[in-house]
Amino acid sequence: MSVATYSPEERFRLGMLWTDSRYRSTTIQTIALFLVMLLGAYLINNIITNLADLGKDFSFGFLFEPAYYDINQRLIEYDSRSPHWLAAVVGILNTLLVAVLGCALATVIGVIAGVLRLSKNWVISKLMAVYIEVVRNVPLLLQILLLYAVFIELLPRPRGSEPMLDGFLVATNRGFYIPSLVLAETGWIVVSTFVVSLVGIFLFRRWARKRQEETGQIIRVFSISLGILIVPTAIVFFALGSPISLEYPELKGFNYQGGIHLRNSLVALWLALSIYTGAFIGEIVRSGIQAINKGQTEAAYALGLRPNRTMKLVILPQALRVIIPPLISQYLNLTKNSSLAIAVGYMDVTGTLGGITLNQTGREMECVLLLMAFYLTVSLLISAVMNKYNQSVKLKER
Amino acid sequence: MLAQGQLKPKGGFKGTTSYSGGFGLLVGDLLLLKTHKLKIGLTKRPNSMKSKYLPVALSAVFGLAAMTAASASTLEEVQERGILNCGVSTGLAGFSQIDDNGDWQGFDVAVCRAVAAAVLDDPNAVQFVPTTGKTRFTALASGEIDMLARNTTWTFTRDADLKFTFIGVNYYDGQGFMVPKELGVESALELDGATVCIQTGTTTELNLADYFRKHGMSYDPVPIETNTEARQNYLAGACDVYTTDASGLAASRSSFETPADHVILPEIISKEPLGPLVRHGDNQWEDIVRWVLNALIIAEEKGITAANADEKKAQSTAPGADTEIARLLGAEGEYGAIIGLDNDFALRAIKAGGNYGELFAKTIGEDTKIGLARGLNAQWTDGGLLYAPPFR
Ligand SMILES: N[C@@H](CCC(=O)N[C@@H](CS)C(=O)NCC(=O)O)C(=O)O
Repeated sequence: MSVATYSPEERFRLGMLWTDSRYRSTTIQTIALFLVMLLGAYLINNIITNLADLGKDFSFGFLFEPAYYDINQRLIEYDSRSPHWLAAVVGILNTLLVAVLGCALATVIGVIAGVLRLSKNWVISKLMAVYIEVVRNVPLLLQILLLYAVFIELLPRPRGSEPMLDGFLVATNRGFYIPSLVLAETGWIVVSTFVVSLVGIFLFRRWARKRQEETGQIIRVFSISLGILIVPTAIVFFALGSPISLEYPELKGFNYQGGIHLRNSLVALWLALSIYTGAFIGEIVRSGIQAINKGQTEAAYALGLRPNRTMKLVILPQALRVIIPPLISQYLNLTKNSSLAIAVGYMDVTGTLGGITLNQTGREMECVLLLMAFYLTVSLLISAVMNKYNQSVKLKER
Repeated sequence: MLAQGQLKPKGGFKGTTSYSGGFGLLVGDLLLLKTHKLKIGLTKRPNSMKSKYLPVALSAVFGLAAMTAASASTLEEVQERGILNCGVSTGLAGFSQIDDNGDWQGFDVAVCRAVAAAVLDDPNAVQFVPTTGKTRFTALASGEIDMLARNTTWTFTRDADLKFTFIGVNYYDGQGFMVPKELGVESALELDGATVCIQTGTTTELNLADYFRKHGMSYDPVPIETNTEARQNYLAGACDVYTTDASGLAASRSSFETPADHVILPEIISKEPLGPLVRHGDNQWEDIVRWVLNALIIAEEKGITAANADEKKAQSTAPGADTEIARLLGAEGEYGAIIGLDNDFALRAIKAGGNYGELFAKTIGEDTKIGLARGLNAQWTDGGLLYAPPFR
């Protein structure tokens, strides 16, 4: 704000709150805030009065009562005697699971679609255009339901199913089963070795970059990284006598037992969310790349950079600046859209807290408020994290 | 709903997410509802796919915010409106279902029609509102419907905590299991490890958890919303077992292509007294619905049918005739006036579709596809549980 006209001698009069352009906007904002708060208070009071008229109180005590219902997909210990709040936590974790999986896959799909859409190959670029246009313009709920229906109608029942890929995958109309890792006593050593290798790769890459900047020498980062990733872990693994084994799913009774069960509801929701959001991300990536002046590419070529290095070193770092902000809102959309889980019976937080708990306890007000608070918090967190990332790729003014 | 854009506080919520819009909407709705003194939630009927749950919950929330303390009696409201809003299920053969002509038919539907006949003198003056296991209570609590007739089990918490009044029982039921014959299962105790289709928001899911826990068995619940979805999942084999009220199982099975390929297991694991219900707080309305149902039950006991009701009424004042019939059909006394209606209210209710026995036989009885025996639902004089209090 410009303070050039400010003269210290002028005395403050009340009227200046309105007439003086320095104060006016503050005045208006204060009044607006006050009115909004008044409205809020009035509404809350109204709700409480009406709840009281119905004979219902407003209390969160129900959260500590036993839930009495079972949840099929649980990432933590839970049974029908656990309290409602734990059911809510199970739901929250399920929401976060599908949101994280969805954001990851949507990004991969989106980047591939966006880059391929710019491909010089006519067929590929048109294929991508069709994918993006079709998927963006069909309601997400229908896509979720379609995938789910395809899974339950077309895949075989557990009894009629055959393990595929050497037993690594069983596809049934109740979901997909994959082997799980079983750690023997010394298994954690292998896991730690692997983690240490990851850190090693990170450090190695940093060192390689620094060296390249200093000496201009290019080290073959990729193959060495791969070596660090595999070799030590493999040596430890075999030295300890294979302490990690796979547990394969096996048909026992009604269902497959053992291994990891990815329910239809999870897979349908995950894929549908990723494919849908991926189409939007594809457009974001394409526009991000196209936003970079063609001269940049030409300059890079003139310097003798090959096309993929041009992309990686010149175009992408600049395009990211354009891409990140809309990408954040896609992540937020995906997370909020995950509440469509209810359509296929995926037990996310809308299904537990906002579904069965709400219904069995009749605490609509409390449950809906908690749900809104949850989605608001997650959305703000995602924005905060992504904004931080945005800061780091922003144009650094020197 | 269009006006809410203007009501949305500008700049009040500075956030990066679209939730600011959400709050604006909420605030807008609440304001709108209050200022116009609307008494019901604004959402449409919860039967479109997308509006599965949230709109109803929100409508309840807004409804709560909007209800005025001194509301008119439900009877006045219904009569003013000229139509009864009656909650039924989204579709269960024999209980509530839309026939080929687009008319609602069924045992639960008949209760709504009887009430409409009693209150509005027109069994067709009913707006049927399809509700799922999850949306039904919110719909009733928010005032979207005047009564609920949707095979709903009378339980302590629904009565006392959810603040509803069950006006009686129109079907004594219990929870059962249905499995495809080819599985070769003969008892529910053989279901360890099975995948079970189950409607959410029901007593069924609670009983199921208790039953498997008690018998130390595990299961994988597949939560679903409506009977139609249950049918789809069950028939596709996405679950091994479908569990719900035994009457519901029989009804679902009757709509399968080959009902004989499915068996209902012998175990009945719970008591499910199903009955119509209303909101707490309006005793007159409660009495009306209660006595319409009782009238249907008494009519069967006394041999009054839709066809002979007028005749029975005419005969009822003859010397030596049953005075309860005279009171019930309005030939004697001013009973209707006591609950704010005229004296023919019960007569009309009976003529709307027949007495309890006629309704049962027509919609779900042994001669229908559903083929339910009277069993517990026989009159007390036939060894059943139907025992309506005297009309006097
Ligand atoms: N009686 C139980 C279960 C009621 C219920 O959900 N019944 C199912 C099957 S019998 C039904 O009516 N479905 C019809 C629909 O999906 O709308 C309760 O009150 O919670």
